[in-house]
Amino acid sequence: MKQSDGMTVIVKTITRMSVWLIILYGIYIILHGHLTPGGGFAGGVIIALAFLNVMLAYGRKYTEQWLNVRIMYDLVSTGAILFLIIGIFGIALKGSFLANILDLGELFKLESAGVIPIIDIFIGVIVSMGLFVMVWTLAVFHLEDGGEE
Amino acid sequence: MIIYLLCFILFLVGLYGVLTKRNLIKIILSLSIMEYSANLFLVLFGYKRDALFPILEKGKEIQSMVDPLPQALVLTSIVIELGITAMLVALAVRLYQKYKTFDITKIRRLSG
Amino acid sequence: MIVPYFIIIPLLAAFLITLISSDDDRWAIVISILAVIILGILSVIGFISVSKEAIVYSMGGWKIPYTVCLVLDPFSSFMLFIIPLIGLAALLYSISYIRHLSKSWKYYALFMLLITGMNGVVITGDLFNLFIFMEVALFAAYSLVAYGGKAEEFEASFKYAVMGSISSSLILIGIGLTYSITSTLTLAKIAEVLPGQNPVVVNWIGAIFLAGFGLKAAIMPFHAWLPDAHSSAPAPISSMLSGVLIKALGIYVLIRLFYNVFGLPKIFSDIFLVLGGISIICASLLAISQWDFKRLLAYSSISQIGFILLALGIGTRMAVFGAIFHILNHAIFKSLLFFNAGTVEMALGTRDLRKMGKLGKVLPITSTTSMIATLSVSGLPPFNGFFSKMIIIIAAIQAGFFQSAIVAVIGSVLTLGYFLKVQRHGFHGEKEFNEITNVPSTGMRTAMIILAILCVCSSVLIIPGIKDVVFDPVIDTIINKTEYIQLVLGR
Repeated sequence: MKQSDGMTVIVKTITRMSVWLIILYGIYIILHGHLTPGGGFAGGVIIALAFLNVMLAYGRKYTEQWLNVRIMYDLVSTGAILFLIIGIFGIALKGSFLANILDLGELFKLESAGVIPIIDIFIGVIVSMGLFVMVWTLAVFHLEDGGEE
Repeated sequence: MIIYLLCFILFLVGLYGVLTKRNLIKIILSLSIMEYSANLFLVLFGYKRDALFPILEKGKEIQSMVDPLPQALVLTSIVIELGITAMLVALAVRLYQKYKTFDITKIRRLSG
Repeated sequence: MIVPYFIIIPLLAAFLITLISSDDDRWAIVISILAVIILGILSVIGFISVSKEAIVYSMGGWKIPYTVCLVLDPFSSFMLFIIPLIGLAALLYSISYIRHLSKSWKYYALFMLLITGMNGVVITGDLFNLFIFMEVALFAAYSLVAYGGKAEEFEASFKYAVMGSISSSLILIGIGLTYSITSTLTLAKIAEVLPGQNPVVVNWIGAIFLAGFGLKAAIMPFHAWLPDAHSSAPAPISSMLSGVLIKALGIYVLIRLFYNVFGLPKIFSDIFLVLGGISIICASLLAISQWDFKRLLAYSSISQIGFILLALGIGTRMAVFGAIFHILNHAIFKSLLFFNAGTVEMALGTRDLRKMGKLGKVLPITSTTSMIATLSVSGLPPFNGFFSKMIIIIAAIQAGFFQSAIVAVIGSVLTLGYFLKVQRHGFHGEKEFNEITNVPSTGMRTAMIILAILCVCSSVLIIPGIKDVVFDPVIDTIINKTEYIQLVLGR
């Protein structure tokens, strides 16, 4: 069996069934970052691992058709720029970088804690896309290419 | 006190690996061990016996908690180490492409 | 409220470059040069506005011990001025130099990250935040050293990254120890609490920080990565690393920690003196035996860092003046020398001094500017290197450190020796060249001419009236150790 064909049918089936659940769990962790342990980084890693799961199970060729890796590169920078813009809004409205510009809300509610959930979402985007792209870039290296002499 | 000593031994294990191993990948692994021992060191400083995790929950009284700041620092430093490790792995792959080996005794075009 | 923009602008520029560039590097060049110019203007404004009273800025609108604070005092704004100055010259130089290697916007994005990291280290008032920005700068530096894609560059970058990671782990442990005995991470608060602590623990923390940041500054026992990394990197990156990075990450942090936070205990000033002397002599002797142009320059950097460290060990007002003046001067002339080396490498395809020859005819500007830089680095009047070295030597004699003064004089003579070798073999040798393949472009020539003019002009700063305005606030910040605490905590 060729390398690009991925793993056996058992792994493929399990991956197909579980990938959206894993992504959903990652989104849950990101959205509850201000209430429970976790947050942008942890949830982002979980989402990235879901994508990497697909890459390992189905191979790179299939994943390239399924996902647009090109856009993922851009999403990393977009997330970072949006994060900075939130910070600059803090300067503009409250006079301090990353200051809270929204209503604090009620304790233990999902829609509380001001800008922290929004920042968490941006961090989640940066981390999930960034980690996937990072491993993807390492995976597309060919060990035998590019030698000198 | 013994636990700090064990942590320091872990650091020395990593340092030993960095200094003596010849394989690039093993050097990267040893570096990770060293960095983890530094992280463990930080978390140990925040630890308090019989204290709770520092998360506020509904209906929970505020009582003795472990120090959350070292944990936040460790999370940040883990992220940094992730980046550095990926960087080192990428460099190792490119070095393999150039030299066809992971052995550092054969990778020595720079000398002196 | 200009303080956070020193970090926001280069970071925003880095991500904008990655977002809008596809294959072309034109927008990347425009954005990065614009960002660096804005940073330079901001630093001048900052320097003027903080000369009376420093600005303390706390992130997120929280109070000082509970948040990360940014401190803009005369010393940090002085460093913030050097970074975009050399950065602008390096960017002008890189436009055609990097296209000659491989045309890509990635270089400019990484360059902006390098500037973000250095600006962050210089401006922050929080120990852990300093660590983070240091890692950002180092990450960009590792990638940029390997940018050319040759085997030697990957090797040098790997070596640099491994040694950098070891020292970062040491620094992290030092931060943990500091936090465990002071329960705070704000530098000013640490400085306030530290005198009452057990001096043995404090000295151990100092030793760990000296090893960690000494490796970033490439002081002599920790220097092994520098000659490889600085000689293998692309020329503009060598100039950034040698001119600014080792000072922003190494010397600046050492001054901040050991002067403003630890209050310069006697034991550390002695260590500074000894390590500085070792760096000057050993690195000069190693440089004499080199035939690789950039490797010789890299060893010369270690030796010049030794001069700065020696002056910091003396610790008098005049010595500190010499140290910060030498930081500025070394940034200027060493960047210029690396640009010269890069131009010669691009034109002739070699860095070996024995294969170079009479270059005055084919590379007139490179030859002339390298002569100016040589005279400057070896300390001949009226160039800037003469004044800073003279001040350091006079300060050593005044404070009664005669051995250090002798070491500094010997170091200057050795510097003159190995740079005469460069001029004799590299630019005025026997070999004749009639035509060369890659002529330096306008941008490269402009960068070299600007720095050569600065080599002469910055000696103006020694004149008492100008010195009072420019250097006295900086020296006051460094010498008055308790002032930093009062300034940040506001008593």
